Amino acid sequence: MEFSSQIIQLLFSGLTIGSIYALIAIGFVIIYNVTGVLNLAQGEFAMFGALISISLVKMGLPLWAAVILSIMTVFLIGGLFERVAIYPARKASVPTLIIITIGVSIAFRGIAILIWGTQPQSLQPFTDNTPIKFLNAVLLPQNIWAIGISLVSLVVMFYLFNKTFIGKALTACVVNQFAARLMGIKPEKMSLLAISTSAGLGALAGIVIAPISGASYDMGMMIGLKAFVAAVVGGLTNVPAAIGGAFLIGILESFAEGLWSSGLKDVVSFSLLLIILFVKPEGIFAKASGKRV
Amino acid sequence: MEKKDLKKVYHNSFIGLIILPILIAVLPVVIPSSYILTVFIMVGIYALVCNGMTMLIGYAGQISLGHAAFYGIGAYSSAIISTTYGLSPWFGMIVGMIIAGIIAIIVGIPTFKLKGHYLALATLGFGIIVFTLFKEFRELTGGSNGFFGIPSINLFGFEFNSDLRYFYLVWVFVFIGIIFSRNIIHSRIGRALRSIEGSEIASDAVGVNIMKYKLQVFVLSAMFASLAGSLLAHYVSFINPDLFGAMTSIYFLIMVIIGGSKSIWGSVIGAATYVLLGELLKHFMPILLPNKGGEFEIVFFGILLVVTLIYMPNGLSPQLEKIFSKFQKKKVTIEAPLQINKKQIASGGENQ
Repeated sequence: MEFSSQIIQLLFSGLTIGSIYALIAIGFVIIYNVTGVLNLAQGEFAMFGALISISLVKMGLPLWAAVILSIMTVFLIGGLFERVAIYPARKASVPTLIIITIGVSIAFRGIAILIWGTQPQSLQPFTDNTPIKFLNAVLLPQNIWAIGISLVSLVVMFYLFNKTFIGKALTACVVNQFAARLMGIKPEKMSLLAISTSAGLGALAGIVIAPISGASYDMGMMIGLKAFVAAVVGGLTNVPAAIGGAFLIGILESFAEGLWSSGLKDVVSFSLLLIILFVKPEGIFAKASGKRV
Repeated sequence: MEKKDLKKVYHNSFIGLIILPILIAVLPVVIPSSYILTVFIMVGIYALVCNGMTMLIGYAGQISLGHAAFYGIGAYSSAIISTTYGLSPWFGMIVGMIIAGIIAIIVGIPTFKLKGHYLALATLGFGIIVFTLFKEFRELTGGSNGFFGIPSINLFGFEFNSDLRYFYLVWVFVFIGIIFSRNIIHSRIGRALRSIEGSEIASDAVGVNIMKYKLQVFVLSAMFASLAGSLLAHYVSFINPDLFGAMTSIYFLIMVIIGGSKSIWGSVIGAATYVLLGELLKHFMPILLPNKGGEFEIVFFGILLVVTLIYMPNGLSPQLEKIFSKFQKKKVTIEAPLQINKKQIASGGENQ
């Protein structure tokens, strides 16, 4: 294969994985800004989404129904998580909240082992998966599905946040919680909504990636952490920047894997995380502003 | 806290120093089982790591999600020096601690400028990078296949090759570690650390060199973890990168939190609770839920961690101290240090 087609192929798989990270990274940003919690259990929602939809398909449901049902279930799990673990501890210190989300994430992994075992499982591709030739690069339809679904849901999220009342209330909480409360918006309700919505988005990400890389109880951790890196690269307070960060991480990782070493791709993304934290903790896409985190 | 109470707390932690060696000496005599010894060797190794982390988390108020990296550095240093180069395991242990200390300084200087979420993320990222390097430097570490044939430790010709001998060796280290960290906590440095935990801005204002103290305690905790890693390597004689992944860091954190990060004894209590509960679950869960793999106990630990943090934010050790002081029929006040107590900071107070 020539070099240019390899580049196209790597770029394409980078975009695929980047779009998955983007869905989860948005969840991080929403939760972080509404509740002040950095939710380390975010990747586990992707894991639940993937595994639940696989089980539903195995039970004989059509794929689309399984996907919708699975996203709804994870949405409810997210709500339950907020009420049981985050809400009672909302006044605790930052390290305490971080450790609580870690506790929930390992409890989720454990529950997944109890239900699905430790064997990786796979979901059928959404459509016929014959490779498509494009400029000498071989592309799989499932990757196109992944990128497409992610982009569509990003647009839908953008619309929801900017055009609907609930979205605006949520955005108000992100911008200034005190002012939002004065306007009669209940931040407690918004916190529940934010975490459930992020859980749903995470589930979608998990379902989209399941036919490509399979699903297992421990898939959430790495996906979650990478999405985290993406959110931090973007600056943790800005949704479009987080999406940009996600695609950047995805492409960087794909190139590191293809051109250098598959084992060292994690070193690349986490080194980027450390460099950004040390040098520019407000994120590389952040505009200079008075507000610093 | 009143001065009288302060003395009382110091006194109580002193009683522990007498009770612990007696318990340790007696245990193998009362229960002469190799299985129990193995379990308590692991408790001792974890207690050593948690001992350092307690100082970092409970006293300096800094979170670390990357301590498995230092634990691994200790293990691999010992393994490589004693196996590949055939030098003394003691030398390997010391080299491991020095390497861990140097890396802690290099990583710590930029990291401890960060706070809260960013600090947690940076340490987590560091841990994952080191874990990946253990896997990728195949010539040095054996890669994912692991590192075989690590020799046992000997002291002047005396081989620590049985569980009983190793049990005493590990617990001597734990005992020394506890005396060491107890003295630090009750010294000027300890007071400085607590002031940092209370309010960094306030301690900076009164002239505490925050960066220096945070870095010192981080380096110290890294060295504790490295020593524990070396002890593990010489005990199990086979190590692989999976022993030092992100989950291990998280398990250390669970032990510290469950035991109680505000007390040096919390490290021993937390490690013991974690290991003993894990063993109990391994024995009894298959009866309740047959056909399940061996990893289900993590559900339990996750839930335990969340419940502990919500309902008992100071972990088990204050509860045990309460029971202990009831036996003495004297009252010891126990504070709730996870919430910032202004009076305590103002008095540079003590909490246990």
